[in-house]
Amino acid sequence: MARVLINIPREIRAGETIAIRTLIQHAMESGYRPGADGNVVPRDILRRFTARFDDEVVFAAEFSPAIAANPFLSFTMNVVAGGTLTLRWEGDNGFDQTETRRITVA
Amino acid sequence: MKRLALLALCCLPAAAQELRSGFEDMARETQALQREDATNPAMLWVQEGEALWSSPAGANAQSCASCHGAAETSMRGVAARYPAWDEASAAPTDLAGRIAQCRTERQGAPPLERESPGLLALSAYVGLQSRGVAISPPADPRLAPAMSQGAALYAERRGQLDLSCAQCHDDNAGRRLAGSTIPQAHPTGYPLYRLEWQGLGSLQRRLRGCMTGVRAEPFRYGAPEYIAIEAFLMGRATGMAMETPAVRP
Ligand code: HEC
Ligand code: HEC
Repeated sequence: MARVLINIPREIRAGETIAIRTLIQHAMESGYRPGADGNVVPRDILRRFTARFDDEVVFAAEFSPAIAANPFLSFTMNVVAGGTLTLRWEGDNGFDQTETRRITVA
Repeated sequence: MKRLALLALCCLPAAAQELRSGFEDMARETQALQREDATNPAMLWVQEGEALWSSPAGANAQSCASCHGAAETSMRGVAARYPAWDEASAAPTDLAGRIAQCRTERQGAPPLERESPGLLALSAYVGLQSRGVAISPPADPRLAPAMSQGAALYAERRGQLDLSCAQCHDDNAGRRLAGSTIPQAHPTGYPLYRLEWQGLGSLQRRLRGCMTGVRAEPFRYGAPEYIAIEAFLMGRATGMAMETPAVRP
């Protein structure tokens, strides 16, 4: 499991637009870089990020080989009521990681 | 008269200038990455270190926490007073060396190599407990030879470019070398996340970079020369606040 940082505001009021920030540990090997032995290191990148709030997709992103290692993402969403935020990263070599966080409103 | 005073100021060596962390020389965006734990990629390694701190390993299934308890209290301020004297090897050791030693000698767990993800993660986690603590090298006379060896290595010209550390970091600190501002070379933030590395690295990795940069042969990881340079740099940075885990370009 890759390490993940997820930052969600501590106190959220109903109807508020909040920013979610995430970082995931991933080499994002571009597939263009020669390794120490001179051979090109095979591509190993994240390809897709999807954020769902309960069942609704609130944000999604496609990644490309030019994106730096340990990619940082920030997106906003409007929170009307509490629910579950599900973050999923999918990538090469079967990489598939899902993190969930409860979001409650005051 | 006034102009003369200004001239004199601009040409003082770094040692006589105000101590300035490499943080100050970074772009605003890079500073922002370091300022907030939520955006500092080094915190991914800290998280790893925190998990290692309390995972049992070795024959007696002990964790670092079994002996040291909460790192927030037992490790507070520790990183700010390394390198320190190591009785076992009768030589100075840096923080990573001490952690690696505790892991094999006391925990009885498989060794962690220099620059391995595990040792970097533990060093970052232990280092974080000293964030904001003023650097205060131990007043241990046994460290004096290492500090003077470090001072000599810092002043010695090396490599095909025939440059000393001092020529860049004292005589030309604040000026530009290609795309980078030359910092005063303070060891306040290690291990740190370097954008160029796209990962976490130790002070020794940074020093290696500066040595190969002048086309000199770097020392091997863990070499006493690196510990000596670190002892000198920490002495030179006395009173500066620890920033571990920092971000650098
Ligand atoms: C079996 C008990 C034990 C285990 C397990 C253990 N340590 Fe230690 N550690 C010690 C003792 C004893 C000392 C020496 C304390 C002293 O000299 O004051 C020490 C010293 C240290 C120091 C230096 C502290 C200082 O004030 O200079 C660090 C850093 C450290 N340990 C980190 C770790 C880490 C990280 C781990 C896990 C990988 C670990 N230790 C596992 C017993 C242990
Ligand atoms: C040719 C000039 C040059 C020489 C010689 C040089 N360095 Fe550097 N050093 C740099 C530059 C430039 C940077 C900053 C690089 C960057 O920001 O990308 C740097 C960075 C550093 C840092 C990191 C500071 C921080 O804020 O994290 C340290 C420590 C350091 N050097 C120590 C040394 C030591 C010790 C030597 C001698 C063994 C040395 N340097 C030799 C140019 C030099």
